[in-house]
Amino acid sequence: MEPMNKVHKRWIFWSLILSFFIYSFVVYTSGTEFPKNSKQFTSEAKLGKDTFQKYNCISCHQIFGLGGYMGPDLTNVISDEHRGENYAKAFLLTGTERMPNFQMSDTELGAIIAYLKYIGNTVEYPVKNSTTTWYGTIETKSDE
Amino acid sequence: MSRTKDTSFIFILAGMIALVLGLIFGSIGAFQMIIPNFLPEIPFFKARPLHVSLVVAWIFLIAIGGIYHYVPKYLGLKWHSNKLIKIHLWIFFGTGILIILSYLNGKFGGREYWEFPPIFAIPILFSWLLFAYNFYKTIFRKKQSWPVYIWMWASGIAFFFITFLEANSWIFDYISGNIVREITIQWKAYGALVGSWNLLVYGTAIFIMERIGKNTKLALSKTAFLLYFLGLTNLIFGWAHHTYVVPSASWIRYVAYGVSMSELLILGKIIWDWKKSISTAQKHFHLLPYRFLFASDIWVFLNLILALLMSIPGINILSHGTHITVAHAMGSTIGINSMILLSSVFYILKGDHNQSRYLRFSKSVHSGFWLLNISLAFFWLSLLMAGVGKAMSSSSMNFQEMMLKIEPYLTGFAYSGIGILIGLLLILIPAIISLRYRYQDERISL
Repeated sequence: MEPMNKVHKRWIFWSLILSFFIYSFVVYTSGTEFPKNSKQFTSEAKLGKDTFQKYNCISCHQIFGLGGYMGPDLTNVISDEHRGENYAKAFLLTGTERMPNFQMSDTELGAIIAYLKYIGNTVEYPVKNSTTTWYGTIETKSDE
Repeated sequence: MSRTKDTSFIFILAGMIALVLGLIFGSIGAFQMIIPNFLPEIPFFKARPLHVSLVVAWIFLIAIGGIYHYVPKYLGLKWHSNKLIKIHLWIFFGTGILIILSYLNGKFGGREYWEFPPIFAIPILFSWLLFAYNFYKTIFRKKQSWPVYIWMWASGIAFFFITFLEANSWIFDYISGNIVREITIQWKAYGALVGSWNLLVYGTAIFIMERIGKNTKLALSKTAFLLYFLGLTNLIFGWAHHTYVVPSASWIRYVAYGVSMSELLILGKIIWDWKKSISTAQKHFHLLPYRFLFASDIWVFLNLILALLMSIPGINILSHGTHITVAHAMGSTIGINSMILLSSVFYILKGDHNQSRYLRFSKSVHSGFWLLNISLAFFWLSLLMAGVGKAMSSSSMNFQEMMLKIEPYLTGFAYSGIGILIGLLLILIPAIISLRYRYQDERISL
């Protein structure tokens, strides 16, 4: 087993570290702006986000498919034609066999709906209209 | 020269207790998936963070405890400060207890994956700084060429610090004011955070291989360093498969896809080469550490196939948001990380002795080993089947119908989880009892 050259090791290591910081800076400042719905992140939606975190909703639900699997994904719960605002409110007010009734105040309830509305205006999830390229990537409406 | 008790044993003991508790809460959560009112005193939204944080604590405590034990005992470097090790232990331990109490009292961070009220990030970071300072002050005294496991530990410690800060950057409006940026950064941070503890765990695996195989060339070889640099590359660029569906720029997805998950392949190759190189006598001398490393090798290959498939965007669009992701996460955490960490526990217990007290419980440990691995296979397959069921139903059924359809697989998942719990108890109870004897006998030089 041939040992690795000391200079090569250091050169590769520091190149990777430098790449990490450059790549982080790029990801923090570009490619993630998404201005489409930035104005919808109102103070009510912000309160909704805090409420969503306070009750640890993500432990059971998902946003963009990320979260727990006890309950359904909520990305498009408001914008989905088969669900919508009243559907979400009904669940939040009464709870279900699997979901506790958190006894939310009217302010918290309205705020969570505002937050979910804000998220729902980003992208369709699960993705329905997409095509897979021959090299394995996908093209969706949001890429256009 | 005075001598004192080796604090690393307390890390190992705490890690094993954390794993047992984490598995109990995980089993509660799994049964709540199929029996909605199961144990309402600990609802799912509490059981899940309890499970995740305790299992993460197991990984850290055993990996850190191993480093604290191996550096003075086998690398011949006395720790810069034994007092800092004790402070690190008690801050980490105290913070862990407070986090558990906060969950039980309904106080959460409300983030996906490893979450806790953000105030607890401060003591975790502080204790990590103490660990980092102590480690670098100690390890930079080593003048000879560093073996790859020291590079892995050194960079894993640094990257944990950076990525943990990133993971908590959501408290700033610049991040949390834009859902696309927030989720992208969160998974950039968590992908790299997992990469940072993988460096600690894989470093430990290579260290044990070197010790068992008595082959110091392995950890200086080009192949070992190739694994290490590929691991670092994945840590930096390979996280975006978590966020293929988030509407960030396409190039973020393409970079991650391009990098793929090649680090597991190289790790598998190293363990495979090493296994071939050691003599039968050596295998029997260190039977338990060897067996756990061998099991991790099998799980590397299984999870490698799954990881590679999941990193293809055309497949990820189907597997994302399904139990296939859980199969990948749990298969890697239990099958790879935990097997390596159990190997480390038994290597520490045995040390350089021909006979060790744990041998009296060897029957229990061997039964536990088989029960753990067979149950994990059923557990993993159940999750894969549930995930396939969910992926196939997502466009044609509503959530309730889909859950009904996959219920048999979730039942298999919950019951095989009990098998994992019993298997690990058969392994951990003898290990905890044996650790007591080793702790009494072991002294380190000050």
